[in-house]
Amino acid sequence: MTRGRYLGWLVAASAALVLVCGVAVTIGPAAVSLGQVAGSIGAHLGLLGEPVPVLVDSIVWQLRLPRVLTAALVGAGLALSGAVMQSVTRNPLADPYLLGLSSGASVGAVCVVILGIGFALPAAAFLGALLALMATLSIAKVGGTITPVRAVLAGLAIAQLAGALTSFIIFWAAKGDSYREILNWLLGSVAGATWESVAIAATAVFVVGTGILLSATRLDAFAFGDTSAASLGINVNRTRWALLGSVALLTGAMVAVSGSIGFIGLILPHLVRGVSGPGHRRLLPLVAICGGLFLVIADTLARTVFDPRELPVGIITAFIGVPVFILLIKRRKSHLWA
Amino acid sequence: MGVDLDRLSFSIDGTRILRGVSASLPTGTVTGLLGPNGAGKSTLLRLVAGIDKADAGTVSLDGVSVGSLSRREAARRIALLEQNAAPSVELTVLEVALLGRIPHRTKLMGSFSGDEDRAVARDALEAVGALSLADRLWHTLSGGQQQRVQIARAMAQQPSLLLLDEPTNHLDVSAQLSLLGQVRELGVSAIMALHDLNLAAAYCDHILLLDGGLLVASGTPAEVLTPEIIGAVYGVDCFILEHPRGGHPVIVYSAAVSA
Repeated sequence: MTRGRYLGWLVAASAALVLVCGVAVTIGPAAVSLGQVAGSIGAHLGLLGEPVPVLVDSIVWQLRLPRVLTAALVGAGLALSGAVMQSVTRNPLADPYLLGLSSGASVGAVCVVILGIGFALPAAAFLGALLALMATLSIAKVGGTITPVRAVLAGLAIAQLAGALTSFIIFWAAKGDSYREILNWLLGSVAGATWESVAIAATAVFVVGTGILLSATRLDAFAFGDTSAASLGINVNRTRWALLGSVALLTGAMVAVSGSIGFIGLILPHLVRGVSGPGHRRLLPLVAICGGLFLVIADTLARTVFDPRELPVGIITAFIGVPVFILLIKRRKSHLWA
Repeated sequence: MGVDLDRLSFSIDGTRILRGVSASLPTGTVTGLLGPNGAGKSTLLRLVAGIDKADAGTVSLDGVSVGSLSRREAARRIALLEQNAAPSVELTVLEVALLGRIPHRTKLMGSFSGDEDRAVARDALEAVGALSLADRLWHTLSGGQQQRVQIARAMAQQPSLLLLDEPTNHLDVSAQLSLLGQVRELGVSAIMALHDLNLAAAYCDHILLLDGGLLVASGTPAEVLTPEIIGAVYGVDCFILEHPRGGHPVIVYSAAVSA
């Protein structure tokens, strides 16, 4: 694809993201118009605009906007994490959810939120994600190599264990509505998002994401494996652990604000590669924007389909993600990893 | 000048893979690295490329110790083709050749480099006769075409030394001959691990014969490929003929006699 066509996609996806975020804020029990959304945002940013009723303003600014922005950022962060993991581990099934990172991060986050143990929430989630990642990779490693299938099986074991630990901790602490709390951590939800969530997610996506973008060339070098990457001048071990550490940090921050939402990191990179090609300088920006777009739409469905009841958004992403996952396993291109 | 190996030793988990290997290979020559399975051929190539560090001894290229170079600096001078490599994502032939430009990009903003890289990659593809394949997907190519593209990727690194680990593996006879002919035509110093003694005799200026981690013979094909040396290292009986056209040795094996 030519540079111009790629930039066209990038601009179109960005515009779609802004538009979908705006429309998502208007949707809900109380009717709000796009103009009122713009007016409320304008007023808070100190710009001139039509004055907006106080009630509408608080619905937009206090309730819906933080939630929609959190969804967009979390979607972007998870999609980036998946893209990096797939390249660095040369595993098309790699994803923070499938390999247990998200579940590990949930354990860390729940320790802070429910038990009130020390640590800042994102730091605890990061530690949980990092431990889960190291556990998965060391279980999957047999005779110095890690096959994609073994990595997924090891991730399954770690995710089950971490899920059980999360549930156990919530039951043990038994504050309020345990079941709802457990569902939100295990399936993921941005229902409780505040401006603090936006700040945590935005910092992680922009800081870690910039580092990852600057590593695009190094990610390309992994295409033919470790020896080939080394012969292209990459310091393989240092680069791999720096990138996987960044993914753990990013996933930890995402889980801290939204629980473990599955399948975004798995399917978005595959879908976007079809448009951008496999080169990371094109893949990474587009996958982040499309990840955000995907999760904003999924979250809007989660809170409207059974209105007034709300689904954890992870149910929606699983309904969409699992069929794609099955297609990936079945399709003819599996020569790439079987 | 050229490549100098000085008493190279290497072991993994206490097992000695290479012991005191020394050799001197002049610039512009094609060297065949021979030896039975497990003799240490791949390990020696990784040491020369600077990917693994020798326990003792040094490798120098044109007077510069490879061990003193950063990974990136080494990759600008030495390209290594490993055995049977395949990409984990769908890449076009041009994208594979472009990978060779990675060591030449600036570190921080290297992700955003331009058209010169594309020109170098196209030249490299042209040099191996694969430019017409530029837009094809890698995994749709034949084994011989894939190896050619790999060589183009290596040449896009603009190395002064090319290392090839069994480049003729799984190729049919005509693909083997044209690939090795291609390597000679590139005019760059090359060291290649080979299994086929006749290919080595036909296409190499110099032979290094390894056995059990020791360099047991070094010299021209005619000096190294004798019935005595081949018998001692590989345990097979053979005759040496002279090639009617090239004059290089041709090895004819006697059928193994079951004991």
